[in-house]
Amino acid sequence: MIRVVLPAHLRTLARVGGEVQLHVEGAVTQRSVLDALEARYPMLKGTVRDHVTQKRRPFLRFFACEQDLSHDPPDAPLPDAVAMGAEPFLIVGALAGG
Amino acid sequence: MSGVRILVGTRKGAFVLTSDGKRERWDVSGPHFAGWEIYHLKGSPADPNRIYASQTSGWFGQIIQRSDDGGKTWFPPGSKPDELATPQGMPKGESNKFVYDTSPKTGKPLTTHQWYDGTQHPWEFKRVWHLEPSLTDPDTVYAGVEDAALFRSTDGGQTWQELPELRGVKGHVWQPGAGGMGLHTIVLDPSLPERIFIAISAAGVFRSDDAGRTWRPVNRGLKSPYALPDPDAEVGHCVHRIAMHPSRPRVLFMQKHWDVMRSDDAGESWQEVSGNLPTDFGFAIDVHAHEPDTIYVVPIKSDSEHYPPEGKLRVYRSRTGGNEWEPLTKGLPQSDCYVNVLRDATAVDSLDSCGVYFGTTGGQVYASANAGDKWAPIVRDLPPVLSVEVQTLP
Repeated sequence: MIRVVLPAHLRTLARVGGEVQLHVEGAVTQRSVLDALEARYPMLKGTVRDHVTQKRRPFLRFFACEQDLSHDPPDAPLPDAVAMGAEPFLIVGALAGG
Repeated sequence: MSGVRILVGTRKGAFVLTSDGKRERWDVSGPHFAGWEIYHLKGSPADPNRIYASQTSGWFGQIIQRSDDGGKTWFPPGSKPDELATPQGMPKGESNKFVYDTSPKTGKPLTTHQWYDGTQHPWEFKRVWHLEPSLTDPDTVYAGVEDAALFRSTDGGQTWQELPELRGVKGHVWQPGAGGMGLHTIVLDPSLPERIFIAISAAGVFRSDDAGRTWRPVNRGLKSPYALPDPDAEVGHCVHRIAMHPSRPRVLFMQKHWDVMRSDDAGESWQEVSGNLPTDFGFAIDVHAHEPDTIYVVPIKSDSEHYPPEGKLRVYRSRTGGNEWEPLTKGLPQSDCYVNVLRDATAVDSLDSCGVYFGTTGGQVYASANAGDKWAPIVRDLPPVLSVEVQTLP
């Protein structure tokens, strides 16, 4: 199972508590994880990726295994630790304010 | 006994304020959608328990929420609350999918609009500014969005379709106001079901007489020398708000960027009625529920100083449909007040003695149960208020 950590507002929207666990078919990539996330929680469509372009919303970042993966290609494999479920895939809201 | 429900959208959530018909004691519920910007909430005239809300975030984009029980519980349309609580069977929720219609058959190419510096800029969806439920069908609701366009849902907010002809009416010369290029006002004509007025900052007023299939600008008489070099410009005016009394739908009142205006011919022509106002800049304008010639504005000092003149929060009332204005000050701060009242933040109830309400960027919601003669705050310390709507309950 793939573990995903959502920002607080999206946890509220999806009505989930802690981490989300997802079953992902095939290669574990940003795209396949987000596809599985949106299939499981349809109300999150459009909140992480733009409805039309499918690009990451500008104020969100993707982290895993202490790396910033925000600018990696969406079809690049995620780290093995994420694919194995040892580490979560983090969707993080960019900081704003002082 | 009759009552009043006030729907308040703020920078950090929604609040619902309720009272009986005396409007002396208020219950406050909220924040709903805590931490999110709630640009607007509005109830269906055909079913007061049906309320739509626009929930937005710079991080996560647009969400549409709906209540079917008068604001007690909420859900994104297409996803019932009980379905959300179970692992299986969730419907596909597209209630936040606002996609400009560029299809060859029904749409318009997504071209560009004017940017602040006069160059052309791509059209990009940002948020829903205003929701206007149909006067007759609880499942039909219009959404005014930024970048300016009009969408309609006929399934209770589950799916949205743009009315794209509007964007084709000289959209390339529309430009954003200071707050963005939003379609912020939607007025439905109760006497002509296919007539819709909308207003955009900064493009102006547009009217459709065929339920949104075709549109034309109705801005003759507006003057905007600070923004438009052409004194007879057909579009490009920074209209802040328009208001109508349902018994007299050909008469419209407008708070423009500067100037308070009036039309007696459904927008075909406009005349200035600023009269003796201390300043004719402002955002909000509204009409008394029972007196079609009694109107309210909240003058704001200027476009560069968004607060009341002299630090005195004054609502101005005209009982003559404009030109002659009286300040209403009882119960409102008359010194050191530097809040703003935004375009969607005034409303009236329709009880026998008309109630008037407005919210401020300082987080106060003021109420008057006597048409503005005397005011009192219902709440003082909400987040900045973006919108106020009132439902008069049986």
